[in-house]
Amino acid sequence: MTRDEQLRISDISKSFGSTLVLDHVHASVERGEFITLLGPSGCGKTTLLRIIAGLERADEGTIVLDGADLLPLPANRRPLNMVFQNYALFPHLNVFDNVAFGLRIRRIAESEVMTRVRAVLDMIQLAPLAMRRTSQLSGGQKQRVALARALVNEPALLLLDEPMSALDAKLRAEVRVELRQLQRRLGKTFVLVTHDQDEAMTVSDRILVMNGGKIEQAGPPSEVYDHPSTRFVAEFLGAANLIDATRTENGVETCYGPLKLSRGPSWERGTLAIRPERIRVSAGEPAPNRLRLRARDVVYRGDHFDVFLEPGNLRMWCESSNALRAGDEVAIELPPEHLEVLRD
Amino acid sequence: MTESARDRSGSSLRSGAGVAGAIGWIAPGVLWLLLFLGIPSVLLLALAFATRGSYGEILWTPTFHNFKKLAGFGIFGWSSDYLWITARTLWIALATTLACIMVAYPIALFVAARQPRWRSFWLLVLMIPFCTNLVVRTYGWQLVFSLVGKSAIYPGPLAVYIGMISSNLSFAVLPIYTSVERIDWSIAEAARDLYGSRWTVFRHGILPQTIPGLAVAAIITFIPCLGMFVVPDLLGGGRYLLLGNLIQQQFGPSRDFPFGAALSLTLIIATLIALRLYRRPAEEAGL
Amino acid sequence: MTRAATSHVNGVVTAVGVALLYLPLLAVAVLSFNRSRFGVGWQGFTIDWYARVLHDEVVMRSAWNTLLLAVGSTALSTLLGTMLALGIARYRWPRRIEHALATLIHLPIVTPDIIFAAALVVAFRALRALTGLFELGLETMIIAHVTFQISFVALVVRARLETIGPEIEEAARDLYAGTFDLVTKILLPLIRPGIVAGALLAFTLSLDDFVISFFTSGPDSVTLPIYIFSSLKRGISPEIHAISTIIFTVTAMLAVALQSLTRKCET
Repeated sequence: MTRDEQLRISDISKSFGSTLVLDHVHASVERGEFITLLGPSGCGKTTLLRIIAGLERADEGTIVLDGADLLPLPANRRPLNMVFQNYALFPHLNVFDNVAFGLRIRRIAESEVMTRVRAVLDMIQLAPLAMRRTSQLSGGQKQRVALARALVNEPALLLLDEPMSALDAKLRAEVRVELRQLQRRLGKTFVLVTHDQDEAMTVSDRILVMNGGKIEQAGPPSEVYDHPSTRFVAEFLGAANLIDATRTENGVETCYGPLKLSRGPSWERGTLAIRPERIRVSAGEPAPNRLRLRARDVVYRGDHFDVFLEPGNLRMWCESSNALRAGDEVAIELPPEHLEVLRD
Repeated sequence: MTESARDRSGSSLRSGAGVAGAIGWIAPGVLWLLLFLGIPSVLLLALAFATRGSYGEILWTPTFHNFKKLAGFGIFGWSSDYLWITARTLWIALATTLACIMVAYPIALFVAARQPRWRSFWLLVLMIPFCTNLVVRTYGWQLVFSLVGKSAIYPGPLAVYIGMISSNLSFAVLPIYTSVERIDWSIAEAARDLYGSRWTVFRHGILPQTIPGLAVAAIITFIPCLGMFVVPDLLGGGRYLLLGNLIQQQFGPSRDFPFGAALSLTLIIATLIALRLYRRPAEEAGL
Repeated sequence: MTRAATSHVNGVVTAVGVALLYLPLLAVAVLSFNRSRFGVGWQGFTIDWYARVLHDEVVMRSAWNTLLLAVGSTALSTLLGTMLALGIARYRWPRRIEHALATLIHLPIVTPDIIFAAALVVAFRALRALTGLFELGLETMIIAHVTFQISFVALVVRARLETIGPEIEEAARDLYAGTFDLVTKILLPLIRPGIVAGALLAFTLSLDDFVISFFTSGPDSVTLPIYIFSSLKRGISPEIHAISTIIFTVTAMLAVALQSLTRKCET
């Protein structure tokens, strides 16, 4: 695949008072990509989005969109649009006029405004509500109006600031899929901010995991999940067992004894991570990294069992508890290909 | 909005236009207020230390002459007239404020106990006279007193008191009503369980919750009372002068601006002391 | 039972309060229909006094002055007050400036009106000495009224502005609105009820004012309240009752309008 870079974020820093919110952030977004800024609150993801939108000024750094420097432009001159967290619909305008707002401000001929607004309302199935006041809409409908209001302008980039946080859990799951489909159909670049890892995994082509004003790791969902490169990423996305290790000639030495890895670590002492679902109950054949431990606790989780092992504190998922009870001895394997060597 | 949220959100007018634009928005209003209120107030303060020339002109030689005059030292020796008027002004403002609050509190309770749609009716009834010109309201009392035929009341102090209460009552009702409306009746219920007696329920369950409203009511009744001159002028029959009347005389017929300024300064100081006292209960109530 | 007794007391006090407020107005209104020229004895119903008042040139000129004053000062103060509110609420000011602005805005409200009037008289005298303008008259009265109205308009409009979250403005910005479009297409429509309420309040305050008008008026700018006040010095007359009753009726209607508008604002 040829790279077609649309947005380049270089060396962006931002402080509020004495708090450093963004610490020399670099990132690159390809055309047509669905990219997600994922992180806990206060990690700087929203600030980064607002800097792209022009609602906040960066202290240093540059952002280039389609070859043009974005930062000198005020928010109202930037060829991108945003879906706000609480939608920010204009309460004095009806659905149609809300959607038409951006076009009318740009003095686009009223006949074209009509066509474009109708087209986008049809696309998101809101045409029957065009004359409604926004206060009469449900949360999901408001969200779609906010989406339509941004998309009707055919922005080079669509920014979404936690657009689903105001919806209930069930609706959120549906909207995620719809949003993903919409983005595919339009082929537009979407930049989403969220703290919800499920949401990020479902919709994204690539996830930028942020923490403490920095991007910890960037990559497709599967890569970020399967191959976390830092402690933070391993623990923020799903569950992870972290194991302290020291490098030896043909692997590492840990509190569970020597372990083999698929690739050697670059550090002398560091951390390994393994997902609970990657730990296997041994089938009996000889295998690398075979351990005999005791099940301390077995907890029913609906679709699986959480098994806590001792000594140490490994956590493993089993599909069925077959015979495995608290206190039982169990032989497990830590497959070398799933033992991730963390950077820190 | 919390400080951090505000910091973060900033404002788009601001991000769009910068400080220059911001100043453009407020400059006309701010300049207007400075030119016609800020600077004149300072001038008025300065004027209190000037004197009046023989033709009503102002002599800018710093002096305490006006304050000596206020304290009673005149060309004909000492007289307690001005001090007496000052004391009377403070007293009548205080008495009127207390009376207004004592009438306004039951009214507020009464209105708050009505059905919601009747409440706004009652508030309107209480506000309409307040919107009517003070001169009309006050001379109306002249008619009432003539109708009753009690020349013992009008003109005289009692007429002034009634007029003062009548013209300031609305000031007191609204803030008290606002805080009465917000009363958490569960606390009153708890007080009823704990103490039982009607007075203690009121004292411990209801009154403390309305302190902020009472403080606002007191201050916004007291301040206009201090400067009142229409009511004593029309109902006191020239025998019951207040500071307001004296000030009016200096800026009107006597044309002694410096002495008027000194009298005004006295009034301003009284106002500031009142505001200072008001702040304490207001701060305790988290206002 | 105790509650019933308490509410009884409240009801009685309310009746007393209403009497205190309305007795004088009622007396004026009733006597404006009294045939008697002198005194307060009832001598039959008439509307002659109203007819006379409407044909009295001095009264009509005073009424015209009152209206000019109220309309002129309201227009100016609504403009200035709205701009002030927009400027204060929509920018992030340094804390000290914000505090200074709040003090400046509240100054006209906490200043006793006689002090306010005295300060203005001094100001006009000083400005007259400096510029030769500012002769006491309708212009100085308008200036005086604007000076106290600005604050009330600004506070009412600001309260309305504060109900609009910053994200509404950000959304408008994001949708290409410059400052002009933002103000005309978003902010003004949203705060319009606040502006109208502020203007109505300013208008009512202008009609209600006597003290400041009295101090800042000139010989040719007599308004109705001033006319009434100076007529009273010569004794009461049925014409005065008629004028007063008209004033009362107009302000009552304004108060009703103001209240219904404020309620609409809140919902």
